[in-house]
Amino acid sequence: MTPESVHAAEPNQPFLRWSRQREATTFGLWIFLASEMVFFGALMMGYAMHRYLWPDAFEVAGAHTNIWYGSINTAILLTSSATMAVAAWAARDGLRRTVLTGLGLTAALGMAFLVLKGFEYREDFNEDLIPGIVAFPLDPPQTQIFFSYYWMMTGIHAVHLTIGIGAVLTVAWVVAKGRTDWTQSGTLHGLALYWHLIDVIWIFLYPLLYLVGRG
Amino acid sequence: MTDAAIDTTRGAGAPNYLTAGTRVRSWLLSTDHKRIAILYFATITVFFMIGGAAATLMRMELFTPEADVVSADGYNKLFTLHGVIMVFFFLVPAIPTTLGNFILPLAIGARDMAFPRVNLISWYLTLSGGMLALASMLLGGVDTGWTFYTPYSSVYSNSYVTLAALGVFISGFGNIATGVNFIVTVHTQRAPGLGWRRLPLFVWSIYATSIIFVLGTPALAVALLMVVVERLFGLGLLDPARGGDPILFQHVFWFYSHPAVYIMVLPAMGVVTEVITCFARRRVFGYTMMVGAMLAIAVVSFFVWGHHMFVSGQSLYASLIFSFLSFVIAVPSAIKVFNWTATLYGGHITFESPMLYAMGFVGLFTLGGLTGLFLASVPIDVHVHDTYFIVAHFHYIMVGGSVAAFFAGLHFWWPKITGRTYNERMARAAAILMFLGFNFTFFPQFIVGYLGMPRRYHVYLDQFQVWNVASSLGAVILAAAYILPLCYLGWSLIGGHKAGDDPWEATGLEWQTSSPPPEHNFERLPLVTEEAYAYHEKHEHPKERGGGNQDSQGTGHRTRQERSGGRHGPGPHADNPAGGGR
Amino acid sequence: MNGAWGPGAASANVQGFDTLFTALVILSVVIVLLVGGLVVVFGVRFRKGTKVERHAVPTLVSREVEIGWTAATAFIAIFIFWWAASFRITGAVIPDDALEIHVEAKQWMWKVEHPSGARELNALHVPRGQPVVLKMASQDVIHSFFVPAFRLKQDVVPGRISILYFEPTRTGRYPLECAEYCGTDHARMGGEVVVMEPELYASWTAAQPQADNLAREGAALFTAAGCSGCHSPASSVHAPQLDGVYGRVVNLIDGRSVVADEPYIRDSILRPARDVVAGYDPIMPTDFSRILDDGEITALVSYIRELGAGMPPGDETLRSPMMETDR
Repeated sequence: MTPESVHAAEPNQPFLRWSRQREATTFGLWIFLASEMVFFGALMMGYAMHRYLWPDAFEVAGAHTNIWYGSINTAILLTSSATMAVAAWAARDGLRRTVLTGLGLTAALGMAFLVLKGFEYREDFNEDLIPGIVAFPLDPPQTQIFFSYYWMMTGIHAVHLTIGIGAVLTVAWVVAKGRTDWTQSGTLHGLALYWHLIDVIWIFLYPLLYLVGRG
Repeated sequence: MTDAAIDTTRGAGAPNYLTAGTRVRSWLLSTDHKRIAILYFATITVFFMIGGAAATLMRMELFTPEADVVSADGYNKLFTLHGVIMVFFFLVPAIPTTLGNFILPLAIGARDMAFPRVNLISWYLTLSGGMLALASMLLGGVDTGWTFYTPYSSVYSNSYVTLAALGVFISGFGNIATGVNFIVTVHTQRAPGLGWRRLPLFVWSIYATSIIFVLGTPALAVALLMVVVERLFGLGLLDPARGGDPILFQHVFWFYSHPAVYIMVLPAMGVVTEVITCFARRRVFGYTMMVGAMLAIAVVSFFVWGHHMFVSGQSLYASLIFSFLSFVIAVPSAIKVFNWTATLYGGHITFESPMLYAMGFVGLFTLGGLTGLFLASVPIDVHVHDTYFIVAHFHYIMVGGSVAAFFAGLHFWWPKITGRTYNERMARAAAILMFLGFNFTFFPQFIVGYLGMPRRYHVYLDQFQVWNVASSLGAVILAAAYILPLCYLGWSLIGGHKAGDDPWEATGLEWQTSSPPPEHNFERLPLVTEEAYAYHEKHEHPKERGGGNQDSQGTGHRTRQERSGGRHGPGPHADNPAGGGR
Repeated sequence: MNGAWGPGAASANVQGFDTLFTALVILSVVIVLLVGGLVVVFGVRFRKGTKVERHAVPTLVSREVEIGWTAATAFIAIFIFWWAASFRITGAVIPDDALEIHVEAKQWMWKVEHPSGARELNALHVPRGQPVVLKMASQDVIHSFFVPAFRLKQDVVPGRISILYFEPTRTGRYPLECAEYCGTDHARMGGEVVVMEPELYASWTAAQPQADNLAREGAALFTAAGCSGCHSPASSVHAPQLDGVYGRVVNLIDGRSVVADEPYIRDSILRPARDVVAGYDPIMPTDFSRILDDGEITALVSYIRELGAGMPPGDETLRSPMMETDR
């Protein structure tokens, strides 16, 4: 497809104008993000309650997460948000190559995060930091509550990230093939919003899971 | 799905949305909101029948104080099946996904929902969630009750809790997506001239419901996730031996499930407003208050969840705060009842079947709401909590209220949806029978609950029998009243007369297009020049038209009285509502 | 009355309840008649084709009407709230001389233990006119202790002690039911509450086979479970002495101080590392929750409480809002 035919493309049904479609896409994403905030908010509320009840256990358990993996992953994810932002804003100016580079870097950084997370999980697994097993290595027993939150929160975050990487790759493929008028549609901005949400959630998880035990 | 270019100027002989494609594929992959609504109709009807069958068996069992139809476990599985299916797969999606999906885009003059593909995906999510839940029931059942209380559900139950919880979890994503879709649609797809203060209240009600969908459902997801991970991996968030707390589940669960009651009843309020205004031929009394009341309900509903936990050992002060907020939310609900009543004043009222259903709603909702005051009072709730009083109360709201309103809407828009008319005499009979059968079934449950019969009992003390027999007999009438519409509405598809475009002479934009509507809703996209419910313009004496404000209710939205150009003049479609920014 | 027409009236709580309940019923009937009456009147008067004049309501009037009924509804709602709340608050004060009875709930039975050591299953005998406080624990899932004739119920949640207070006022036998769904035989997890004249209650408890009373059982456990290895004066391990600890204010290692009430003692057995007493090392084993069942822990707590008898009872302020039970 030539660039000209791309630009002649119509917005998706039911929109008649691109501006309206962009507006709808970003607005819809924002509302979805509000929904996501409630999801993680509920988990964090539970975390806050249990930390209030068992501060000592949380301190003990919090010292047993691996701060190196956590910190490096934080840096990786923050960087990926920057590359994502580059891709999103480059799309507005039609800089196809910049968009593709940005998206590629974003996906690569996301995967790097997951790989590191995998190593971290393996380490946790070897140290038996799994709630519910007979000989949980830490004391008091409420340390298991901390690790229940650790596994749930990071696990759900990883699922979100995996979906995000899939979406980034799909959009990159669409842009590469010229399947839609990506300069006009709000797709890249929507994608960026979602990606930044994953990032923001991690910014909350990092202190809750890696820093509380090291005060 | 047809990819052909859409010609919105097609002539009258053009195919409507029903005839636009006949292959199964053209339904299962359709992104047309009207077809998706039909898919939802089919889905929830099946779920309603399954849930209803379970209820029938339960009422049979309760006919005598002894266990004679099913075993204890059998009964526990029956009421769980009934609750899970009816709440999550019938009541919650009922009005928003069927009538909302079909009517909302038409009522705002849109060509479709903002995200048609997301709309289709939502249906698949709801369907697959429902299938999982159903599979769990068929494999052997779930015995936790629809509330999945821990630690029973997380540790002690030996039934297919995980599968059922996952089913509800997945359908929740469908609900969230539907909510996002409605909100964005209302914001971006209104016809030119359709400002916020001109939106029909049905649209507002779906909008308010969507807010709850979006902000409430994730909490349910977290609650169910906690149960599932504790069952599967032994995480201990709810396990007291490890410092977890089973009450945490109740807090998170009710943070969704109380607003969920309003997911069920807000759209019902919207439907009833459309029907009452139409058959009273009257503008709704206090439009602004009605909108405000719905939004207030949507917001306050998030802060009353603790009234489900007055006897859980929650601190007395927390209980009193939740009690207070529960009384607060009664005020907007009461305002709505008064406003519907006042709407009748000065009307030209006729009593077609939708109106009968809607009036039934008003009565049953009033009773359900008033018994809500009992439950909001802490000392009374301590006695009637977890008894049949509660069962009766929420059935008055959800079945008496929501289901009656669902039928009101179904009968009201049936000619629009199918293009056919049904047997009006049968429909009126069914409406009256449903009202009587409902009261016969559920009113005795208030009494037996006050007497102290706990819910979820398949055997009970002898002194409760007389009320249970009354309830079971009522259920027979109610079942007949539910089967009746299936017959005459089904028959109308084959033998019904052709309905006109606007058989009720109603004012909503959905009546401006043909019945059934064409694939892209409007031959000419409408231009809105007045506020909703301008019935007096159609039916008052013509000489009074130009004169002073004949009908001054609904203050504050009488700003534009353009009468020269007709109600909905033809105009080019600009998908930017002129009045949208106000 | 205890039958198909009334739930019976057997506690001091009933009269206030019934007054409030009746008031709400009357209010509901009035509102239903009002709304129903208006719907019927409007429906008949303004049905299509009648020749009544249909005037418009002036803007000002309709606004006044709206403000009027909003204010009226809000007033009624707040009034009922005030009534219900004040009734609940006054009913929540437990007198010091209340008879304390321990209840243990498990699938699907109620185990009751009287202060005298008398035990019973699925039945609760109480003396008339004597304030009674039930301290309830669950061994498995959530149950709910429900006596319709008292108009009271209380969920019994595992991991905490749930409290129900009442004062029986009329002798008789009243149904006891489990109100929170708890599994297969939930519907059969019932029994009866027998309210007796105080003298009869005394002779009834005396006639019961004298099982070890709770504290005596606790004393045996104190040795059997190995507590005395550290917590006895002869021990070489540096651990707190428990004589007279009950009800006292205890200083903790982190500077806080708590009252050694029942939940505190219970917690100290189950989660010893949480509130360590100042001057001691956290050396107590943490696996007692696996060794002792709920009933045994209740017995131990009751023994330690006995050790503290004679000391002035401490302020019964509860330690944490999450552990707060309904009192």
